[in-house]
Amino acid sequence: MEYFVQQLVNGLTLGSIYGLIAIGYTMVYGIIGMINFAHGDIFMLGGFAALITFLVLTSVFVGLPVVLLLLVMMVAAMLTASLWNWTIEKMAYRPLRGSFRLAPLITAIGMSIALSNFIQVTQGPRNKPIPPLVSSVYNVFGIAISLKQIIIMLLTAILLTTFWYIVNKTALGRAQRATEQDRKMAALLGIDVDRTISVTFVMGASLAAVAGTMYLMYYGVTVFTDGFIPGVKAFTAAVLGGIGSLPGAVLGGMLIGLIESLWSAYFTIDYKDVATFSILAIVLIFKPSGILGRPEVEKV
Amino acid sequence: MSNISHSPESAGGNLTARALREGIFAGIVALGLFVLFVGLETTQNIRNELVLNQRWGLLAIFVAVAAVGRFLTVAYIRPWMDARKAAAKAPAEADESFFKRNFSKIAIVALLIYPPLMVMLFGVQGSLKWVDNFGIQILIYVMLAWGLNIVVGLAGLLDLGYVAFYAVGAYSYALLSQYFGLSFWILLPLAGILAAFWGMILGFPVLRLKGDYLAIVTLAFGEIIRLVLINWTEVTRGTFGVSGIPKASVFGIWSFDVSAPNNFAKAFSLPMSSAYYKIFLFYLILALALLTAYVTIRLRRMPIGRAWEALREDEIACRSLGINTVTTKLTAFSIGAMFGGFAGSFFAVRQGFVSPESFVFLESAIILAIVVLGGMGSLVGIAVAAVVMVGGTELLREMTFLKAIFGPDFTPELYRMLIFGLAMVIVMVWKPRGFVGSREPTAFLKERKAVSGSFTKEGHG
Amino acid sequence: MVSETMTTNTMTADPILKVEHLSMRFGGLMAINDFSFEAQRGEITALIGPNGAGKTTVFNCVTGFYKPTMGMITMRQKGGKEFLLERLNDFEITRDAKVARTFQNIRLFSGLTVLENLLVAQHNTLMKASGYTVLGLLGLPGYKKAAAESIEVARHWLEKADLIARADDPAGDLPYGAQRRLEIARAMCTGPEVLCLDEPAAGLNPRESLALNELLRSIRKDSGTSILLIEHDMSVVMEISDHVVVLEYGQKISDGTPDHVKNDPKVIAAYLGVEDDEVEEVIEEIEEIEGTAGGSH
Repeated sequence: MEYFVQQLVNGLTLGSIYGLIAIGYTMVYGIIGMINFAHGDIFMLGGFAALITFLVLTSVFVGLPVVLLLLVMMVAAMLTASLWNWTIEKMAYRPLRGSFRLAPLITAIGMSIALSNFIQVTQGPRNKPIPPLVSSVYNVFGIAISLKQIIIMLLTAILLTTFWYIVNKTALGRAQRATEQDRKMAALLGIDVDRTISVTFVMGASLAAVAGTMYLMYYGVTVFTDGFIPGVKAFTAAVLGGIGSLPGAVLGGMLIGLIESLWSAYFTIDYKDVATFSILAIVLIFKPSGILGRPEVEKV
Repeated sequence: MSNISHSPESAGGNLTARALREGIFAGIVALGLFVLFVGLETTQNIRNELVLNQRWGLLAIFVAVAAVGRFLTVAYIRPWMDARKAAAKAPAEADESFFKRNFSKIAIVALLIYPPLMVMLFGVQGSLKWVDNFGIQILIYVMLAWGLNIVVGLAGLLDLGYVAFYAVGAYSYALLSQYFGLSFWILLPLAGILAAFWGMILGFPVLRLKGDYLAIVTLAFGEIIRLVLINWTEVTRGTFGVSGIPKASVFGIWSFDVSAPNNFAKAFSLPMSSAYYKIFLFYLILALALLTAYVTIRLRRMPIGRAWEALREDEIACRSLGINTVTTKLTAFSIGAMFGGFAGSFFAVRQGFVSPESFVFLESAIILAIVVLGGMGSLVGIAVAAVVMVGGTELLREMTFLKAIFGPDFTPELYRMLIFGLAMVIVMVWKPRGFVGSREPTAFLKERKAVSGSFTKEGHG
Repeated sequence: MVSETMTTNTMTADPILKVEHLSMRFGGLMAINDFSFEAQRGEITALIGPNGAGKTTVFNCVTGFYKPTMGMITMRQKGGKEFLLERLNDFEITRDAKVARTFQNIRLFSGLTVLENLLVAQHNTLMKASGYTVLGLLGLPGYKKAAAESIEVARHWLEKADLIARADDPAGDLPYGAQRRLEIARAMCTGPEVLCLDEPAAGLNPRESLALNELLRSIRKDSGTSILLIEHDMSVVMEISDHVVVLEYGQKISDGTPDHVKNDPKVIAAYLGVEDDEVEEVIEEIEEIEGTAGGSH
């Protein structure tokens, strides 16, 4: 039982990270109907930005409090990743808006290849380890919960609430939802569609950057190829939860995290990704709209 | 339109000021983008700790390039392009040149004489690189892209897991030749059939899916197959891969095994060289690729091929015309997979070694990119795209003169995929419908007119 | 010839399409409620009704794009073979039962040429002729002959639809009216016994509308295909149909000849939305208007 709960906690932690990345996928897909393949690499980029910021801070200021350290890392990662995603959207995706459906997808795949190789070229191909930042572990009824895990889950909860508020209660969120429903009509009603889409990319990227920072803190290592697998899993999460739905993305992330950790714990760790991908295939085949998504009706 | 009345100088002045503003802005953005990744480098020291390396000079170059580039674009390049576009409005495609009309014939002849030409130019040993790295490498991608074109370009089914069938073909040959000692010429068709069978199995459950969902599920299937290859170690030997795969022979008549009595070089009393085998492989993949093209061209003029294209245009209309879309999609999937399987068994025979490393998602992405960059459905466009994308990045390996500019530590190969990715983005933004955007009709009453790309659809399933 | 006169004489007794107790529910909405009608062989049957009455839903049920919640749809072919359409898949309805359809919002293969559109419609015939691709791939003469025949069939319909000059142009390049005619010609290339047209005159100008009437009449006359038609344009409906069925809120409110339906108070009320006791007045008014309109011809 304790073992099970332990795995549950591990799964939820991992799931939080997937959920944060998944929000970016789901928002971009919702608003322009495009799978932003490079989003996983934006997550990786965020992790690297946090890593480099960490090295700068620790080499310049010695003995900085961990809270401050993490905060600055996170903000630097968010700013960098947002700027990248903003630039990419403007230069690579915007010219293709409204054209051929495959063109943006191919562009995004190209961007993904370019981004991971950019990091490989500029930062080298090796694993980048950092010393553990947070190492306290609490024992709650025989279950070990580390402070890292608490931070990750808490942060996810806070960010989710904030984003839920932005999307549902602010003018910006209303503009986003309107653009999602009907871009032309939204533009006619005076919504700056370009800006709304830009903001969506920036929001997605900053969440991915937080996830990247957390991933770095949790595992203590990052590498330039780290964008792909978490990226695909986060996309799986977004689809599982119902693409276009914010709570769906987080729910999907949690489910994927749980499946992964429980599968590794009770079956074989080798096939954990096979399990994830199989679930993705099964969900899409039997319920393409996901758990919280609206079903698409085929109009004849 | 008040700015028409502006005098040219004031317009020019405005433009320069705007270009300056945008240039500075681009510089600031570039600074933000690159300050952490280019300005600083993380390297491990002797104690294996991460340390930072400062590269402010390089960062300055990046920022300057962005700022100056933006300035020039806004101030000079864009007005020049607009002027050119306005000037060249009249359609200039009156009659096509001889070269353009007979492009495919010329290309095939050129490919046939390519290996002997390389031997003449660089000698038997020296031709190896040109025949193998450029010739065979590019032709494999041409064949794969032509195979995927059936699925994506004709039937409009977005498949991101095509590499799975390539893997099935490669492993079919590798394993069956090792465990049962079957020869290449038996296993080649068998590998194709097995891959087609897998295409059917994977195709069946995903047929109900549309567009992007289909793409993601095919991606998932591709990854599942790769992960199974990695983890099913008893059969596939996991990440170590299968090595010592036997070579192909010239229809069993001449062998390329050095020890064999019917060795090709011995039979013709030529000096021993691996170049003959490579040249043989070159003609083999050329034949396979041309077979793919021939079958595609024939199929397009058959009801099944027309049904594929109709499916890409409008699936509901297809059903209203009595077309069974399930079998139509399945045939597209399995025929595309079959060519992937052929290419896979060729790959295994060429490398003599297969491992799951060769069948990563990136390969699927490259193949799909070639199909889309070439212009979906167009065989010539796809071949051109393969030459440009694969040959171009392969060429980077040869650019040793760059070492003279960037110093001896400069390894051009490192930039191969970075440039490949950027090229994908640039070509797509520049030509969203690929190099050849128009479509050749499959039948005509009076005259064959190419259909402009603006009418063709890209499919939703 | 004898059999043909027989069918004309016993027309009312020879339904080609029989819809019985059809119901279709979407969630809580009853789009079609216990709807029955018959379409006679060789006739043009029109299905009319106000917006949202459920006409297209009936069509989608008949052509298999929707599976009805309840009811039976029987198609009786010339040879007497019967098909229960609600049990067939959409493509089987066209392929086996020989019921073809067009769409309210035109669905052409816009990137294929006009000719290719018509060849795709002959898919099943050509598929058999090509030995399910295998024989055709080997270049056997049987397929070549069938391919040449299919082009002749296409040419026949292109001439009828007055599209022969545009045969090699992409379908997406045609003007709207021509696209409508092409969609009908394409449906005819499947060799149907019943042709279902969903608002074929929508968006046509009066000249195109006339050309459409002409095409539909000649389809009925020359190929003996029965036509089931949804239409808003009353000039088309009253002009060419032999039999009109009126649908309102998913229920049949009138069924008969155009004249009968035109004077049915329930129909008038449905279209004009008047109280029952005012219907008589409305009829009188309409007759007056028609009288003056007829006089001015």
